[in-house]
Amino acid sequence: MIIDIIISGLINGSVYALLAIGFSLIFGVARIVNIAHTAFYMVASYCIYYATHQMGVHPVLAMLVAIGLVTLIGLICYKLFIDPIREHEAAVLIATIALAIAMQEIMLLIFTGDFLSVPALVTGYLKIFEVKIAYQQLLTFAVALLILAGVWALLKKTRLGLAIRSTAEDREVANLMGMNESRVAMMTMAVSVGLAAFAGAVVVPLSVVHPHMWMHPLIMMMAVVVLGGLGSLKGSFVGAYILGLAESLVVFLIPMGAFLKGSVALSIMILVLLIRPEGLFGVAFEEER
Amino acid sequence: MAVAGFYLRRLYTIFKGEVLVLPSRVVVFLFFLVVLFLPIVTQDPYLLRILILTSIFAILAASWDLLSGFTGQLNFGHALFFGVGAYTSALLNLHARIPPSGSIPLGALGAVLAGLIIGIPCLRLRGTYLALTTLAFPIILMGIVFAIPDITGGELGVSGLDRLSRSRVSDYYITVVLMLGLCTIMWKITDSNTGVIFHAIREDELAVRTAGINTTRYKLLAFSLSGFFAGIAGGLYAHFMRIAGPSTLEVSMSFTVVIWAVFGGIVTIYGPVGAVFILFPVLEFLRFWPEFRMLMFAVVILFILLYMPDGLLPWLRDKIEEECPRCKIRNVATRKTCRVCTAPLD
Repeated sequence: MIIDIIISGLINGSVYALLAIGFSLIFGVARIVNIAHTAFYMVASYCIYYATHQMGVHPVLAMLVAIGLVTLIGLICYKLFIDPIREHEAAVLIATIALAIAMQEIMLLIFTGDFLSVPALVTGYLKIFEVKIAYQQLLTFAVALLILAGVWALLKKTRLGLAIRSTAEDREVANLMGMNESRVAMMTMAVSVGLAAFAGAVVVPLSVVHPHMWMHPLIMMMAVVVLGGLGSLKGSFVGAYILGLAESLVVFLIPMGAFLKGSVALSIMILVLLIRPEGLFGVAFEEER
Repeated sequence: MAVAGFYLRRLYTIFKGEVLVLPSRVVVFLFFLVVLFLPIVTQDPYLLRILILTSIFAILAASWDLLSGFTGQLNFGHALFFGVGAYTSALLNLHARIPPSGSIPLGALGAVLAGLIIGIPCLRLRGTYLALTTLAFPIILMGIVFAIPDITGGELGVSGLDRLSRSRVSDYYITVVLMLGLCTIMWKITDSNTGVIFHAIREDELAVRTAGINTTRYKLLAFSLSGFFAGIAGGLYAHFMRIAGPSTLEVSMSFTVVIWAVFGGIVTIYGPVGAVFILFPVLEFLRFWPEFRMLMFAVVILFILLYMPDGLLPWLRDKIEEECPRCKIRNVATRKTCRVCTAPLD
């Protein structure tokens, strides 16, 4: 039981961390609240399903192709629908909502609303204290950690990462220092959507694929981001694991818990916000006037 | 007779001077006329049903605008007020046997309470934090609804409520008159001193505080006012559909309200109302292609936003009317000079 809780909590936590970091990156750099973020995650899952089932491509290759394709779709959507109206925050907000709905409906049209699944990459399981842990779960967890480490390296060790971080800190000054703000925003969008696609690829062998699969992660992702502090990577990371573990605790321990999992996670978020309005690791950043 | 003629002539002069001078006022006047006299022309129950639902959602969208448009407190969980209003009036009607005329206002009071409860923690948050936090509340409530199916009916909701009234036509008049009345009240509120303060809070909260105004009190007032109107919409919806289900609390419900309001143009009150009256019937008539319905809805919104990011109705209004550069009074776009101060318009 405890092992089950920990395993599923860690896996959920890593997926939420992947999603939340992408979401918080694009918010930090371009001030875009991208509701469609998890819709890209759903599209990536569908791409992998299509490639493996309909075209018979090897799953690993399918995942790589899906990540590339979804990143491309994300960039096209950004250029077409979001970039022209960046000045109007409310408009951007609904543009992303509308994008998410459009993607959901397109997937519904192509694949119908059936619950689909993708076979695990590796079969078999490990036994620890009489508890079965599928190798797939371990693989998912390991890959997620690896990607998180990769993002960390990208942000802290490369020039692009430096540009992203400085733009997030102060857009105008970054622009004055010779960084092309709109290019940085574009690159960040690519990284952010890529991360969402990665999250989709990582989670797809463990979950079912259906057109509404973006809703629950969206809510959890937002809770994670708010809990950890907007724009704080460490915050997103810690917040994701806190909420992931809380969610699986509720599901396993409380009767009717599956209904309450969202409620409990969100209540934790609100409680933390009451004590620290800027989130766990957020910096109360200067009001932009 | 002469006296009646005098008043009639005076009424006509006022009408000519105040309503006919501006196309937007003519449109609003025609809208009132059409909506009020429609049942004389047709009593098609399906059409009336669509218009009843449209009116209910128009109240909801306008109440979102009152809170989020005017005070800038971006609320992503507006479904909470709607759902609380619907569930409260449904439960009161079913268990305490209070008729709709009592249960709807009580449901609205429940929504005001909800507004105060979520308003207090949300006062410390702003902008995106606030938006993302408010999104959480209806989901928390929905979890609770599902967890105690004995009281709330779980997934099936509370059903078997009293009808709003005996016939479809009187249902229509109740909702439409309420819609027109409440939206006018909301518009008047935003036009009053309170509304100006709301607007100022949106622009610069710090400056408002510096002017000695208790912004906390005004923000809470905005939350409870908006909750009240949305709660009435929820109660009407519950009694008209005769069921209060978890669909009233869904995330997509909150998102739809935001879409309506921003599509019509925020900070206007008439914008969201107009948007609902355009989008909701259009969406109903698209039922011939049910599978493309939501997709087309989303695509239309994406493209309209590209060309009119401030919303549809303000964009249209700017096309047909022009603001006088000197006295800031609006004029028909065809005029060469201002109708009040005769300054040249360009």
